[in-house]
Amino acid sequence: MKYQTVIGLEVHLQLNTKTKAFCGCSTDFGKAPNSNVCPVCLGFPGTLPVYNRQALNSAIKLALAFDCQIQEHTKFDRKNYFYPDLPKNYQISQFDLPLSRNGYLDIYTQDIPTPKRIGITRVHLEEDAGKLIHETEISLVDFNRTGIPLLEIVSEPDLNSPQEAFDYLTSLKSIIEYLDVSDCDMEKGSLRCDANISLRQQGAKELGVKTELKNMNSFKGVKDALTFEVERQTQLLERNQEMIQETRLWDDQKGVTVTMRTKEGAKDYRYFPDPDLTVFVIEQSMIAQIKAQLPELPQQKMRRFIKEYGLAEYDAKILVSSKSDAEFAESCIQDFPGKDKKEMVNWLIGPLLSEANSRKVKLHELNLKKNELINLIGFVQKQEISYLCAKNVLSQLIETGKSAQDLIQEGNLQQISNADALTQVIETVIEENAKSVSDFKAGKTNALMYLVGQVMKKSSGKANPKVVGELIKRRLN
Amino acid sequence: MSIDKETIRHVAHLARIELQPNELDKLSGELHEILGFIDKLSNLNVEQVKPTSHILPISNVLREDMPCVSLTPQKALENAPSKKENFFSVPKIIE
Amino acid sequence: MELNQLTAHELLGKLKNHETSSEAILGSLYARLQKVEPKVKAYVRSQEIKNPDLNFTAQGFLGGLPITIKDNICTEGLPTECCSKILQGFHPPYDATVINKLKRSGAVIFPLKANMDEFAFGSSTENSYFGPTHNPWNLDCVPGGSSGGSAAAVASDEAIWALGSDTGGSVRQPASFCGVVGLKPTYGRISRFGLIAFASSLDQIGPITKDVQDAAILTGIISGYDPNDSTSVNQDVPDYTKSLTGDIKGLKVAIPKEYFISGMDAEVKAIIEEAVNKLKNLGALTNPVSLPHTEYAVPVYYIIATAEASSNLARFDGVQYGYRAQSDNLIQMYKLTRAQGFGQEAKRRITLGTFVLSHGYYDAYYLRALKVRTLIKQDFDKVFGDFDCIIAPTSPTSAFKIGERVQDPLKMYLSDIYTISVNLAGIPAISIPCGFTKKGLPVGLQIMAKPFNEELLFRVAHTFEQNTDWHKLKPKL
Repeated sequence: MKYQTVIGLEVHLQLNTKTKAFCGCSTDFGKAPNSNVCPVCLGFPGTLPVYNRQALNSAIKLALAFDCQIQEHTKFDRKNYFYPDLPKNYQISQFDLPLSRNGYLDIYTQDIPTPKRIGITRVHLEEDAGKLIHETEISLVDFNRTGIPLLEIVSEPDLNSPQEAFDYLTSLKSIIEYLDVSDCDMEKGSLRCDANISLRQQGAKELGVKTELKNMNSFKGVKDALTFEVERQTQLLERNQEMIQETRLWDDQKGVTVTMRTKEGAKDYRYFPDPDLTVFVIEQSMIAQIKAQLPELPQQKMRRFIKEYGLAEYDAKILVSSKSDAEFAESCIQDFPGKDKKEMVNWLIGPLLSEANSRKVKLHELNLKKNELINLIGFVQKQEISYLCAKNVLSQLIETGKSAQDLIQEGNLQQISNADALTQVIETVIEENAKSVSDFKAGKTNALMYLVGQVMKKSSGKANPKVVGELIKRRLN
Repeated sequence: MSIDKETIRHVAHLARIELQPNELDKLSGELHEILGFIDKLSNLNVEQVKPTSHILPISNVLREDMPCVSLTPQKALENAPSKKENFFSVPKIIE
Repeated sequence: MELNQLTAHELLGKLKNHETSSEAILGSLYARLQKVEPKVKAYVRSQEIKNPDLNFTAQGFLGGLPITIKDNICTEGLPTECCSKILQGFHPPYDATVINKLKRSGAVIFPLKANMDEFAFGSSTENSYFGPTHNPWNLDCVPGGSSGGSAAAVASDEAIWALGSDTGGSVRQPASFCGVVGLKPTYGRISRFGLIAFASSLDQIGPITKDVQDAAILTGIISGYDPNDSTSVNQDVPDYTKSLTGDIKGLKVAIPKEYFISGMDAEVKAIIEEAVNKLKNLGALTNPVSLPHTEYAVPVYYIIATAEASSNLARFDGVQYGYRAQSDNLIQMYKLTRAQGFGQEAKRRITLGTFVLSHGYYDAYYLRALKVRTLIKQDFDKVFGDFDCIIAPTSPTSAFKIGERVQDPLKMYLSDIYTISVNLAGIPAISIPCGFTKKGLPVGLQIMAKPFNEELLFRVAHTFEQNTDWHKLKPKL
């Protein structure tokens, strides 16, 4: 590859506090326009802000989860600009003394064994703006969202592909879910992402011309937009065309980025310390207290699963991606009798995950009683039912809520391992499949699999495949 | 230090105030005089001095995460120069 | 004497003894307005007078005593326009905290608001959208500013007592020009919630009254911690009336030499020196001191105050309230609204404030000013280490003629020279009448104390007042 892609991501996260950053209005989503507002968040003359303690706690929690250094003395600054969704025409944000800096997030990309460390430049506090609805001649403003507490999470430009960006976002979301500080829902707007991308010659030290990308509404959208940009910028560079620093919007429908009209020069936000808010002194004791209360985070849990339950890294990664899924899985693993948990793990990663995906729910949301799952697996281990049948029973367990025992009996699904019972079917299959028989005799082992498969088919999956295999071998030799 | 008309025009744009040409002239003269007066601050050596952003030695003022009563949309929009249903309405935004 | 000519404490006595009523006092004030308001013009929007609802009051100890409020303090249901076209018609949906406190103590909010320089930008009340107020002692002269309306109303007995606001002297200087008492409390003593902000780190609401006892009573009512104001201090409010002991023997008084400069009016200097002698006769021990950074106070103020104002006034854009210029394009609407809605002084200050915060100038101006502010504060800290209070003139001159300075902004700014440092240092100061010029214009004596030592101010001021008759004189209208 001639060019190296350099990507940095800026995530805005709405905290899930009950009330707004600087006033007591509710943060509930989807309310009637301008009903979650008060003189403070409307920026009425004479009003003053007071910061939400819970927001500060959540912010510190998140910063610690990313191993950031917490700024001992932090403050708010005013970011001054005019826009109708900004009632005071300044946003209360942070400039030179942000809450936290210099953290990191490890991402695990498929097929690559070691994680890649992505630096997190800063995590800082700010407030959200309102919502604009554009009509032809006018725009309408709803201030419900104004003042909702936000965290801005800025990554170092350490990401080198659209896939890495995607992985970064999924890891980020996973950790945030574990912390329970935000809904992280891009559709509801509680997580928003802008990207900065530039290309440079492989080995070059200087960064290339930066393009800012906006208007991506999903993680996939971020990945697609970045993929498009890599292509577009590569072409420009190949043709030696001039690259200008600009902001582009992603058009999800058309699958392209389009330029926003370039504004005159860099914006001058005239940051200065907000005189209406005090300094915040974050004591070591407070940091220690919050740190002690941090839940086990996904990557810690993953490493523990690998160590304690002997999971493969890939499998562990899947299980911990959602906190509730991880808790459900661990509960199943712990309750599974015996020291060897591999069977349970395989069932979780295999059939259960399949069921969850096809039903479009999360693992823990499956309507499945843990004990029945354990029983079912036990039946397979005791060879009372074949693996194939058991997978069907699993489906039925989820759908009917009946016990595994009942379903097996009702469906007459007991595995047939008795040689006498199987002889008839085996004979029929041998008769009907002369070619396969001769192939097997000629030394082709695949032919045996095929013959076993035919017996399984004819027995509606009830035959014990191992026993069948043995019987066929004996019969034909 | 002097402040030229171009700078004032730029600053007026940042502050979203439209200045008439005669206003621009007048303001330019006045600000020039005021800045000349303010420039006496550069006589002082303030390298070792810490800035005072907050005169009071208070910190960590916070409020609890408890919902309060909000305004009704009617009350919120009572003073609005232009509204549509329960929205504030503004003219088209042309970048 | 007519009811309107009495002090608040005298009327409180009468109300308590049922010798008079809220209605009677209001009636007396209205009659006085009829007679002198056409000449003084202390109030605005007098054509919109709405009789206050008296049913609800008289529960608290103020028993329905009316109080006049400056037009930049939010009063629910009463228009609050900061005497600016850009806020025309604004009816706040909430009361300022001080208004709440007053109502709960049984005050009646006078239905007309007091005139002021637009957004408190001024030292003469000539910058009001409604035209100037005239000094009751000489109608050709200014009443001072920006709380000129409040001071004139109290001086002319069109108000019993009033609230003003003080950012660089706007309570004290008009009090001195009108021969009444004006206090700027310690920054953080009185809540700013509901005071339409000019310079957030300097603004304070303050009482303007006929005598020191009234000021002590009023300050006690409106002071105190407000959880809605992050800059309000959680400190007990003493009973200030207990400070009115009449004894200042042994008081250590500092006389700053920088406040007796060659440019000051000779008559004013003589009157102040006479007042200082009076204090010595009453037992005070005076000593000259230096506040070496005094000459930098005005430039520092005009950087910090205009910077904060430029940000605080950004919200006046025609979107949610006030005046909106006609346009079918948002940016034009902003620019025309603010061009047409703001007066000359407002535009001057906003432009200057925006400039000192802008890219490339922040360090040289704003940051530097914040550092010099530290030096100014340190000057005061040093003096208060050895002295109980500082005595100085309130203003270098007595009231100047209407029109005399309004075309010369710098000259106007320099009239604040003795009051501004107090706001920069955050300390409390009071102005009391101490004499008259040969032309019959009042002169004010300023007393400054260290933070939260309003008690000392009331003690010294009251002692001086009770040993002179200046406070008993009334203008001939």
